[in-house]
Amino acid sequence: MTQRIERFTTYAVLIVFTVLVLTPFATIILVALGPEGPAVTGLEWPDEINFDNFPRAWSAGGFGDLLQSSALVAVFVVPTVAIFSVLGGYALGSLRFPGSTVLFYVFVLGLVMPFEAAVIPLYYGMRSVGLIDTYAALILPQIGLSMAFGVFWMRAYFLSTPRALVEAARLDGAGTFTILWKVLLPGARPAVTTLSALVFLWSWNEFLLGLVLIQDPGKRTAPAGLGLFIGERTTDIAGLSAGALIVTAPVVIVYFFLQRHFVQGMLSGSVKG
Amino acid sequence: MALTSDTSPAATAPPQVAAGGLPPGDRRRRRSPGEPRFIGLLYIAPAFLFFAVFVLVPLLNTIRLSLYEWNGLTDMQWVGLENYREILGDEDLRGSFVHSLIFIIFFSFLPVTLGLGIAALLARRQLRGMSFFRTILFLPQVVTSIVIGIAWKWMYATDGVVNDVLRLVGLDGLTRAWLGDFDFALYAVGIIGTWVLYGFTMVLFLAGIQKIDPELYDAARIDGSGAVREFFAVTLPGLRGELAVALTLTMIAALRSFDLVFATTGGGPGTSTTVPAISIYRLAFREGQVGLASALAVVLVVIISTVVYAINTLIRKPE
Repeated sequence: MTQRIERFTTYAVLIVFTVLVLTPFATIILVALGPEGPAVTGLEWPDEINFDNFPRAWSAGGFGDLLQSSALVAVFVVPTVAIFSVLGGYALGSLRFPGSTVLFYVFVLGLVMPFEAAVIPLYYGMRSVGLIDTYAALILPQIGLSMAFGVFWMRAYFLSTPRALVEAARLDGAGTFTILWKVLLPGARPAVTTLSALVFLWSWNEFLLGLVLIQDPGKRTAPAGLGLFIGERTTDIAGLSAGALIVTAPVVIVYFFLQRHFVQGMLSGSVKG
Repeated sequence: MALTSDTSPAATAPPQVAAGGLPPGDRRRRRSPGEPRFIGLLYIAPAFLFFAVFVLVPLLNTIRLSLYEWNGLTDMQWVGLENYREILGDEDLRGSFVHSLIFIIFFSFLPVTLGLGIAALLARRQLRGMSFFRTILFLPQVVTSIVIGIAWKWMYATDGVVNDVLRLVGLDGLTRAWLGDFDFALYAVGIIGTWVLYGFTMVLFLAGIQKIDPELYDAARIDGSGAVREFFAVTLPGLRGELAVALTLTMIAALRSFDLVFATTGGGPGTSTTVPAISIYRLAFREGQVGLASALAVVLVVIISTVVYAINTLIRKPE
């Protein structure tokens, strides 16, 4: 009997916490489906469900452009990080060379470093080479900042591959790159997928860099644009909410498709660290 | 190609199951036969180049800038440690670190406790639908933090959910404009942090307890341990690694928290929710005090590094 009560309590607790997680999302969704105007109410079903706010936010609100900018940045950042991480992880995980230990610890340093520590010189550095307000200003630092985790993650994968496989290939005369390409990479797909998903997540959600390094409204990325609208658009609450949902939709959709990868990646990546 | 004369144990031993925990450059593992000595440097080069140019060099520059007074436009002026003295002496700047401490309670201690509680409840139990719960609980980690800020702004609005609930239970007197309240805004934002992170700690610890050997629980039962003793004797030690990770990541989140504060209160009202990250942004990019902002950034990095180091030495089992 107590067993059943225990199970019931456990489910109840889980459900309560889950509902609490969903409540703010329900709120913003309901606001986005409601009437235009400055008033915010609680969890009330609006009198008429109004989908107009979304197309309005997209075009007149400029959220379509914001999404385009974010997509452009992500398209360059994600594959580059994936490629460099595979190469670097291969180097630290499968190859042996002098200085590899030191280099590894340097990368580990980058894992805990906050962006705030780098953003000031990044801004002035970009300004001095005239890259402010270009997409490169965002793409290049984001690649750099993702490198620590990327190399760390792929190194863990390469460390888990059997050395006998590599050595057999060497004895067969395979070169370093061939071994990577033909022997080790095929099995790396889950690891690379997880890495790409996580880097996409961080790139898309990146706020501080987008806020600082791009001032041109035409090139702003989604979170930065959204953040600035909060101050400006105080009367169109529904439009702002619709825009916010548009901004976060891509990562949420990717999350639901690749959920296992995200959770496994973020959890095991941190525990290994 | 002739067989190499490498007869080291690693070459002849069975392949080691190398989890991420193996120290790098383990001296027992030798280079594969035929592998050029420095080829690894070539492969690590692109990654390291980007990392060095866009992370390491800026970090060093931040340290350098912290020793100057600069408005970003005209000449820099050397001031040595003056900026650091100003941080110690300025009430507002010191206050921002106090706010971070309070955030640590909300962003770190509370979620970790909640996570441990859930882990305790679910230890040894197989519940169905865990995948569903995990997906939802983890959601705040994925959603753009600005969007979370906006959603909670609506929650905290005068006629929003929080006040509605208070009215529902008859606590009308407690209703207020939470994010605009000088006394309570900080705690209101703190609660958002708890909400963002408890799902993470729960999922992390739930994954962790899967790895605890059930026989340990059986042994505890045989010894006559109740649920509480079981938790402290088996569950908690088994979650050591996860605990270190949870504390590390949540404390870092508390110490940074730029996005959330920017989206909800912008640091206000007044300076009641200002945290160091917000000050850094404001001082550097709105008030032309680049040197002071850089010094603040350096202090923040030092604090974060110290916290990470302390947690990991205190909690992690010596490997």
